[in-house]
Amino acid sequence: MMETIFERPKALADVPFHYCPGCTHGIVHRLIAEVIDELGIEGDTIGVAPVGCAVFAYNYFNCDMQEAAHGRAPAVATGIKRANPENIIFTYQGDGDLAAIGTAETVHAATRSENITIIFLNNAIYGMTGGQMAPTSLVGQVTQTTPYGRKVEMQGYPIRMSEMLATLEGSSFIKRCSVDSIKNINDTRASIKKAFQCQIDKKGFSMVEVLSTCPTNWGLSPAESMDWLRDNMMPYYPLGVYKDVTGGDR
Amino acid sequence: MDKVLMKGNEAIAEAAIRANCRHFFGYPITPQTEISAYMAKRMSKVGGTFLQAESEVAAINMVYGAAGAGVRVMTSSSSPGISLKMEGLSYIAGADLPCVIVNIVRAGPGLGGIQPAQSDYFQAVKGGGHGDYRMIVIAPSSIQETVDCTIDAFDLADKYRMPVMLMGDGMLGQMMEPVSFPEVKTDHLPKKDWATTGTKMKRKANIINSLYIHPEELEEVILKREEKYNTIYETEVKYHTEGLENADVVLVAYGTTARIAKAAIALAKQNGIKAGLIRPITLWPFPTDIIAKTAPNVKCMISVEMSTGQMVEDIRLAVNGVCPVHFYGRTGGAVPTPTAIFEQIRRYA
Ligand SMILES: Cc1ncc(C[n+]2csc(CCOP(=O)(O)OP(=O)(O)O)c2C)c(N)n1
Ligand code: SF4
Repeated sequence: MMETIFERPKALADVPFHYCPGCTHGIVHRLIAEVIDELGIEGDTIGVAPVGCAVFAYNYFNCDMQEAAHGRAPAVATGIKRANPENIIFTYQGDGDLAAIGTAETVHAATRSENITIIFLNNAIYGMTGGQMAPTSLVGQVTQTTPYGRKVEMQGYPIRMSEMLATLEGSSFIKRCSVDSIKNINDTRASIKKAFQCQIDKKGFSMVEVLSTCPTNWGLSPAESMDWLRDNMMPYYPLGVYKDVTGGDR
Repeated sequence: MDKVLMKGNEAIAEAAIRANCRHFFGYPITPQTEISAYMAKRMSKVGGTFLQAESEVAAINMVYGAAGAGVRVMTSSSSPGISLKMEGLSYIAGADLPCVIVNIVRAGPGLGGIQPAQSDYFQAVKGGGHGDYRMIVIAPSSIQETVDCTIDAFDLADKYRMPVMLMGDGMLGQMMEPVSFPEVKTDHLPKKDWATTGTKMKRKANIINSLYIHPEELEEVILKREEKYNTIYETEVKYHTEGLENADVVLVAYGTTARIAKAAIALAKQNGIKAGLIRPITLWPFPTDIIAKTAPNVKCMISVEMSTGQMVEDIRLAVNGVCPVHFYGRTGGAVPTPTAIFEQIRRYA
């Protein structure tokens, strides 16, 4: 008899993803689905999809889903959670969605200690609209709207959301991860699980930021993209736990 | 049924709670703040949620989430705040979600002023947000009617799965009148089996969404919604008339303005002029038929509004040239007086 050693997580829908080859959105989807399976929460989970490359995320999970307007996912998640507090709510958002147009919704969900989980994909660019500058684009980074590189005199500095949200009294678990290596992928899965557990235990706001790649708009191969992430993003966006008060009572 | 003396804004809040609305998301703005204040006090007592959001944008998206999760939910604001809610409203309409939005209109544009106005008519009935969508818009003109319309608003929202706006103005919001609260029944309404409440591993996933990438698919969804809108236009129009028989001049006015128009009609009567009133209660669907039917029998109609003339366009469409349609209005927060309206009646009679 053959033993199954690798299969599609049950919470992940059996449909082809539309992501570009080598894009890390797919990896992170899979990790979320694995965690939902491990925790056995698919029937109680409601996901909120963003506007961005992950807009079709509502088709990629087998749990109930809502599609939010650009940047509004934390507010939509708040509404869902307040309606049915026993459900487990996660949002899946890119950097433009979470750190530009939706910054207010993000900050205030955190400061209210809204008992939801945000999975934040930071790829330092606007993927969906064809590679414009994101609030997280690095200084000097060439994008469609910074053709000569991001200049601090013009566009200011890239925003570090995990660090910023960690300063808020209301945030409970904030961690920055990466999916550039097997080790880091495993750590991302464990961190997503911890974030969901934080919500299950009613400990309040949790967010996992995942450093990600956009080979298409970075103009690099998938392998070169991983190098670029390690060489350029990691120094500015150090991995690690920025907040963890899940041990205490909240 | 016992009557209690209540302010318009508080009556709306209490009526919503009686209608089993247990979720309210808002952001403070004059002249509707009493709604939030009342909700803040009462919701915790009835096991509901009152949440002051960080903005109207956030509030309406919280409404989207809660409506999608299957609960009765409301938000309230005034003109500048309603402008901010327009993005969310378009998404709510596009995702077929039921909810109630209250607009206690103040003068605009911009920050405008805090005095009563009806200058958000276009925004409410012609879209406001982007895309092919409609919203039922109800404009009560007394506090009792405000109570009844609030309850109706929740029923209509659930019945048709769409946003319903209750439109008042600062005068109506602040005015006190005795009201009674009717018994509320909801068992005739459709089950919300489309809501995101968790699959419990017993059904396929429910998805709340307004995105359709293929034009034919989106067109089909929009046309289906259009059929629903047509049904609403055929069955849900509400209006009130007074003295249309033998009237030479008919005033068309809603909300606060309709109350003042009545005083003007009484003045006309004293002066031997026969004037009548058509008072739209639903601004969308607009009472086109009664206006069209009345037009051949009168000398003219006058739209009286607290704006520079917005509803008058819909009256002209309904009348279709059969009789002259004049306009009289005050704007910027100024309120027309009975005498001034009477002068218009005399001028055109
Ligand atoms: C209100 C609004 N403004 C702008 C857009 C266009 N838009 C779609 S996706 C996007 C940026 C998405 O970037 P990000 O959040 O970083 O996600 P990614 O595509 O990189 O995954 C923008 C600006 C929109 N859909 N709605
Ligand atoms: S554009 Fe970038 S972020 Fe979007 S799917 Fe392609 S690689 Fe991924």
